[in-house]
Amino acid sequence: MILLFLALVLLICVLLYFNKNTVVNYALLGIFLAVLIGFGLYEYLHLNVVQYTYFKPDALGILLLMVLCVVAVPVIIHGGRYIEVHNVDETPRSRGLFFAAMVLLISACSMAYLSNHIAVTWIFVELTTLSASALIYHHRNIRALEGVWKYVFICAISITFIYIGILFLSLSLKQAGISDMSFQSLYENSSKLNPFWLKLSFLFIFTGFTAKLGLVPMYTAGIDAKDKAPAPAGALLSSVLMNVGFIGIFRIYAVVAHTPLRHWADSIMIIAALLSIFVATVYMTRIKNIKRMFAYSGIEHMGLVMLGLSAGGIGVYAAILHVILHTLVKPTLFLQYNQVYWVYQSKSIYDVGNYFKYNKTGAILMLLAFISATAMPPSGLFVSEFLIFQSLFQAHSIVILLVVLLLLTMIIWGFGSNIFKLLFTPPSTMDESAVPRISPWESFSQYVLLALAVYVAYNPPMEMVNLLKEAVKIIP
Amino acid sequence: MTDILLIALAMSLLYISIANRLSTYLSILVFQGFLLFGTTYLTLTHISPLNLLLIMLETIVFKALVVPWFLNHLIKRNHITRIAEPYLPNFVSLIIVTLIIVATIIMSGSIDDKNIDKTFFVVALSTLFTGLYLIVTRKKIITHVIGYLIIENGVFILSLAVGNEMPMLVNLGIMLDIFASVLILGVFFNKIGDVLKDPDVNRLSNLKD
Repeated sequence: MILLFLALVLLICVLLYFNKNTVVNYALLGIFLAVLIGFGLYEYLHLNVVQYTYFKPDALGILLLMVLCVVAVPVIIHGGRYIEVHNVDETPRSRGLFFAAMVLLISACSMAYLSNHIAVTWIFVELTTLSASALIYHHRNIRALEGVWKYVFICAISITFIYIGILFLSLSLKQAGISDMSFQSLYENSSKLNPFWLKLSFLFIFTGFTAKLGLVPMYTAGIDAKDKAPAPAGALLSSVLMNVGFIGIFRIYAVVAHTPLRHWADSIMIIAALLSIFVATVYMTRIKNIKRMFAYSGIEHMGLVMLGLSAGGIGVYAAILHVILHTLVKPTLFLQYNQVYWVYQSKSIYDVGNYFKYNKTGAILMLLAFISATAMPPSGLFVSEFLIFQSLFQAHSIVILLVVLLLLTMIIWGFGSNIFKLLFTPPSTMDESAVPRISPWESFSQYVLLALAVYVAYNPPMEMVNLLKEAVKIIP
Repeated sequence: MTDILLIALAMSLLYISIANRLSTYLSILVFQGFLLFGTTYLTLTHISPLNLLLIMLETIVFKALVVPWFLNHLIKRNHITRIAEPYLPNFVSLIIVTLIIVATIIMSGSIDDKNIDKTFFVVALSTLFTGLYLIVTRKKIITHVIGYLIIENGVFILSLAVGNEMPMLVNLGIMLDIFASVLILGVFFNKIGDVLKDPDVNRLSNLKD
């Protein structure tokens, strides 16, 4: 089934790239979504069945794949809207490349979730870099070029780091006399691995995946990429692509967690997490570009996820839940941002304001999305963030908790002051005649995503809870 | 014999740290490519001849011929000045690269693993860190690319150390090489030349907060 899916995806990509007809284009995207959802269901029904040696849909992979299926639908619809509105610059060729890259990115992410072998994950991470760079460079101007150049260069280095990590891992396997590098075999044989090589390997793989996940040290490329990519692509980069980084780190951490090195790995992750939240705070309190602010908000959330993971206990459960809810919430901000840009034609906070006057439905959505993204009570993220704090309490990391709470308060202040400026304060200069009328239906998908995030957090379906519980079991 | 080749590679790192011209950088890349070709032939004695042929072809064609030639072509086409423009004086670079090599030698002393040849480990890591150092301290984008290629050479040496047991990893390394060469060089560096008439890093520093 996996090979069939890959073959279909490649076929759809090639057809999208060469096709010039609008109707055929949309039909192909529809077919892709149907194939993707069908594939998701098939993999759910074949939970924990190893396929083609290198793929195994485990609980965590299935959870992330399900969220990806949910997010892919609105993102592709809004991708279509984006191309329609920017009609002047678009040619059938650029449109084809845009959608082919998007389809490839979504499929590469889903393959990376399901892979059972670290080298296979690595290959699909390479593929995500390739397709993401085509998306970032969509507008072909000098700013986009700069964004894509930085992204490609830093991702190339990060991929090299992951590869070095894999080599060190293979050195420790070689010493233990094991030749099977699948995650299952790594978990089972983790006690036999040489601690020195395992340490080096964890360091390199962790550093490598931070470029995708968006943590200190390699978060920078992602910020420029999310800023420069078209908003629907930014929605993908800040949700499903970050999950690829998460699953990579989660799996290698699970190997280390079976050994006495666990405390050492925890401290590495706590340092990276605290620095990430700190960086996010510094930038979010003084940032003037709305889209970059959303990107930094993702860095903050991933820092929290890492804290939950390192605290252990209920924290692991909370971390996975947080990742899932973040994947549902973050695209709403980027998709809504698209409409903000249609109104003001500017990303700067100085040029926007009084959004309620120009797009009422969108403005209410923006307010709700702000509440969701800062994890205030009605939002779904509140539940997972609360559990993360609880796990930090149980792990007796009170100082870390206090620092994080202080930083989060500052983030809410910075985020809030910019969002309220956008919503309520009148803009300094505004040509009202040029403002397009925006249909309330443009915001519909984002309401659905936010509602889903709330529903999933407060009343999780039984199947999801079971999957979450199974995913947590990987970490002892 | 392998040791001689690897030590020559480490010495080329010292030379690149004080090189002034881009053409010298390229000659060193070619030189390293040939050294890797020799090392591959001498090290990978237990893998299938077809795979060995593939790996050796990759080292000689990609690392030693195509990529340096293409970089040379880019330098000429984009009229990049031939000075490397380091931020630090050459003398300091020489000291730092020497320190990198010494540090990796000391670090390798702490490994108690009889399965690995420590020369590979030392040369690989010092090549890796020298590449990173070059990226940080050189101004031009093209020297960043050269720094990245040097990192790749280091990684390739490391992969040779496990190559006999896990040839799949060496093949993956080749994939990484081709991926980077095609993506970084082929597509984007070409574009940078088209959009910017003067490709150095200073022109690509507008995205910030």
